[in-house]
Formats: sequence, C-alpha cells, structure tokens
Amino acid sequence: MEQNLQNIIEILQNHSGLSDDEKAKLMAYLKEADKKITIVEFKLDRTEKVKRTTAILLEETIEELEQKRKAIEETNAALKKSLEELKAAQAQLIQSEKMASLGELTAGIAHEIQNPLNFVNNFSEVSYEMIDEMWEEIEKEDLEEAKALANDIKSNLEKILHHGKRADTIVKGMLQHSRSSAGVKEPTDINALADEYLRLAYHGLRAKDKSFNAELKTDFDNSIGIIHIIPQDIGRVILNLITNAFYVVDEKKNSGIENYEPTVSVSTKKEGNKIIITVKDNGNGIPQKVLDKIFQPFFTTKPTGQGTGLGLSLSYDIVKAHGGELKVETEQGKGSVFVIQIPIKFN
Amino acid sequence: MRILIVDDEKDIQTLFEQRFRKEIKNNELELAFAYSGEEALKYLDEKEQNAILILSDINMPGMSGLDLLSNIKQKYHRPPPLVMMITAYGDEENYNTAMKLGADDFLTKPLDFNQLKEKIKNISHD
Ligand SMILES: Nc1ncnc2c1ncn2[C@@H]1O[C@H](COP(=O)(O)OP(=O)(O)OP(=O)(O)O)[C@@H](O)[C@H]1O
Ligand SMILES: [Mg+2]
Repeated sequence: MEQNLQNIIEILQNHSGLSDDEKAKLMAYLKEADKKITIVEFKLDRTEKVKRTTAILLEETIEELEQKRKAIEETNAALKKSLEELKAAQAQLIQSEKMASLGELTAGIAHEIQNPLNFVNNFSEVSYEMIDEMWEEIEKEDLEEAKALANDIKSNLEKILHHGKRADTIVKGMLQHSRSSAGVKEPTDINALADEYLRLAYHGLRAKDKSFNAELKTDFDNSIGIIHIIPQDIGRVILNLITNAFYVVDEKKNSGIENYEPTVSVSTKKEGNKIIITVKDNGNGIPQKVLDKIFQPFFTTKPTGQGTGLGLSLSYDIVKAHGGELKVETEQGKGSVFVIQIPIKFN
Repeated sequence: MRILIVDDEKDIQTLFEQRFRKEIKNNELELAFAYSGEEALKYLDEKEQNAILILSDINMPGMSGLDLLSNIKQKYHRPPPLVMMITAYGDEENYNTAMKLGADDFLTKPLDFNQLKEKIKNISHD
C-alpha cells in the first residue's frame, strides 16, 4: 500500500473517537483509493513507456525521411542531367536529320543549280553574239532590226537575272537548311519555296532511283504575295510531306497496280488570315492504326535504314511553332492529303 | 526541217529561238516545243510526226524522256524520226537505256550549240 495511506491507517487505528464500524468503512475507502492509485500509477508508467517508444520511432522516422529526401534530391539531379543529355541528343538528332535530308537533296540541288546555270551561260553567250549583230545592223543603218535585237538582249538579261537568282535561292536554301541555329522569320514567297522544294525532292529522288517517276501537279494561289515565316523550317515541312508522298506513290506503283499514275500535288491558298498549304498523294492512304501514331517521334512503318520516323513529328513541331496546325485527311486505297495551316500577318 | 524540242524548262524555247534565229529567219529550220512527254506525243499525233528530229530532255516529271523515246520508237516506223536525248546527269545508266531504246544520239547539258548545229547540218545533208 502507498506510504501516505499506510500512515493514515496507522493514525486511524490508534484513534479512539471512532467506532469500529466507522474504522472498517474508512479502511475500505482507503483500500479502494490505494487500488485506484496503483492503477493510475500503472497507466502512467505505460504512457511513459509508449511516449518513449514513440519518441524513438519518431526519431527513426525523421532519420528515414531525411534519407529519402536526400535520395530524391539525388534522383532529381540525375533526372535533370539526363533531361539535359536528352535535349542535347535531340538537338543532335534534329541536326543529323537535317543533314540526312540535305544529303537526299544534294543530287536534286546539283540538278536544280545546273539548270539555271546553263541558262545563265547560254543566254549570256547568245546575247554576246547578238550585240555584235546589233552593231552590224547599226552600221547598215537598219535601225528597226537593231532595236529588235536590243529588245531581245534586254529580255535575255532579265532571264539571266532570273536564273541567277534561282540558283542563288537554291544555294541559300541549302545553307539555311543545314544551319543548326534557330531560324528567324523572313519575308518569303511561299509559292516559290514550295515549288523549289518540290523540284528538289523530285530530282533528288530521281538521281538516286532512275526508275522513280511521278506526275507533279501544282496549284499556287498568286494572291498570297509575301508572308513572314522561317523559310528553312517551313521548307523542311514541305519537303518531309513531299518525300513521304513520293514514297507511297512509288510503293503503290511498284506493287503492280494497272493503269496507276503516281501523282503528287502541292497547292497553296490564302483563306482569311490563314495560309493553307496542301500536299496530296494518290497512294494507298493511311490505316487507322498507323494514323494514330504518325506524328509520334520515331514512329515509322518503313524498313530499317529507310525512315527514322522523325519527319512528321518535326514537321508538327515546326508548324506549331508558327502558331499553325498540321492535319491529315486520308482515304483507304485512294491517298492522303496533308494540310498545313499557318496564321499570317500580311505586310 | 522541223525540230521538236521537249523540255520541262519553258525558257528553253527562247534560248533555242535565239540560238537558231538565223536558221529560222532563213527558213532552214522550224522549231516546235513541248513541255512534257505527254505534250510531245500529242503534238506528234496531231501533226502526223512531221518533226524529223526530236530533242528531248530525259529528266522530266510525268512521262520521262526515256518513256517518250520508247513510245516514239514503237509507234512511228517509217521513217522514224531521229531522237536525240538530253540529260543533265550524263551518266552511264541513262545513256545505256537511251541507246537500248533506240536513241539516235545523246547530248549532255549544258548544250553545246555549235556541236548541235553541226549535227543538225549533217542530218539535213543526208
Ligand atoms: N503520305 C502518306 N501516305 C501514307 N502513309 C504515310 C504518309 N506520310 C506518312 N505516312 C506514314 O507515317 C509514318 C511516319 O512518317 P514520318 O515522315 O514521320 O517518318 P518516315 O517517313 O517513316 O521517316 P523519315 O521521314 O524520318 O525518313 C510513315 O512511316 C508512314 O507509315
Ligand atoms: Mg517521312
């Protein structure tokens, strides 16, 4: 029994003013009080123990959390690093994709530069002769004939300038195409750009594969005039779409369908404050299962070595960066149309 | 003598007309132009092959110069028009195919007009 209670009991027992009955009652109360104290003490003790265990557990948890935090921090840093590496790899991929498509273009470029250069040389040569003739006419005082010659020479000079510029555009385009730095928006004749890339893609493919041929159709909206775009980027989009179109029409032709005329059409159109560029083929269309994935990077149905599957995903990004949209409409067995829409500020 | 020139580059017409302006003026030569293989065949159909010499580029979209050549050589027997093929590549493969298909001569771009004039002179004197 608790000491204080014990003391009280002793005093009680020696107390004479209380009856035995009263003493017995008090004793019973005291015993009851003692029992309660014992229970409270036990409970307190237990609480104390729980508190200690909890404290220990808490400490352990804190330590664990701290370790986890450190681990997350490390993971974070590692993630950041791999993200940077990924970005670098992506930039490199884009660059090598650019270079690869440039490689594909080289033969086309050679052909496309040779033609205007031939014109420059030929028109210069013939003009040179015509000046001599003009002098002869002047000496003969046949001024009518001399004037006619002068007019012809003048139009020849225009042709020389035109073809010189044409070659210039191609070389510039090629340099821009391979440039790794981000391009800037420039005033661009979208029709000339589309036409040039169509010819480049066509002659590039022809140079690689002599059996390749396709009908090229163009329908350009001459009211478009000059628009502000990043020419090498939009050029790449057009090139990617045309290359894909050539691939499918060639594939269809080689499958041996009778009376099939592989045809690829490119058109431009101004609609409100939008420019619509379409690239259409009469290939086999795109099955739904493939269609769901065509804009994903690295998705390709071409045999290894023939496609990286980056063409459409890069094109999509480029068009989006111009604030526009790249969409496709396709019909099984009939062909596909890729539609580029870009909003335009005209000035 | 009439020559049909087939090339998808439209400025070829001005160039030929100036290069041969004297011959045209003296009525020694008559030039006709087609900008695709299909157009050339249509021309030959309509004019009953009155071109004696056909100069055709090989590298054209749609019907290529080689297709045109084989078409002409199969269709028009006597007298078959002479067909000279022109190409920018000037490579073996095109050369061999063109020869196999019955091309009468082969020219490479850039065209040497003096050489071409010589060849034409020889044809018209035969
Ligand atoms: N005009 C089309 N007709 C039918 N299928 C197409 C057409 N364009 C693209 N595709 C499909 O979409 C896939 C992805 O095209 P994408 O241009 O992104 O890659 P790729 O052409 O396979 O390779 P890369 O362009 O990188 O050389 C193609 O493999 C093809 O299956
Ligand atoms: Mg592609």
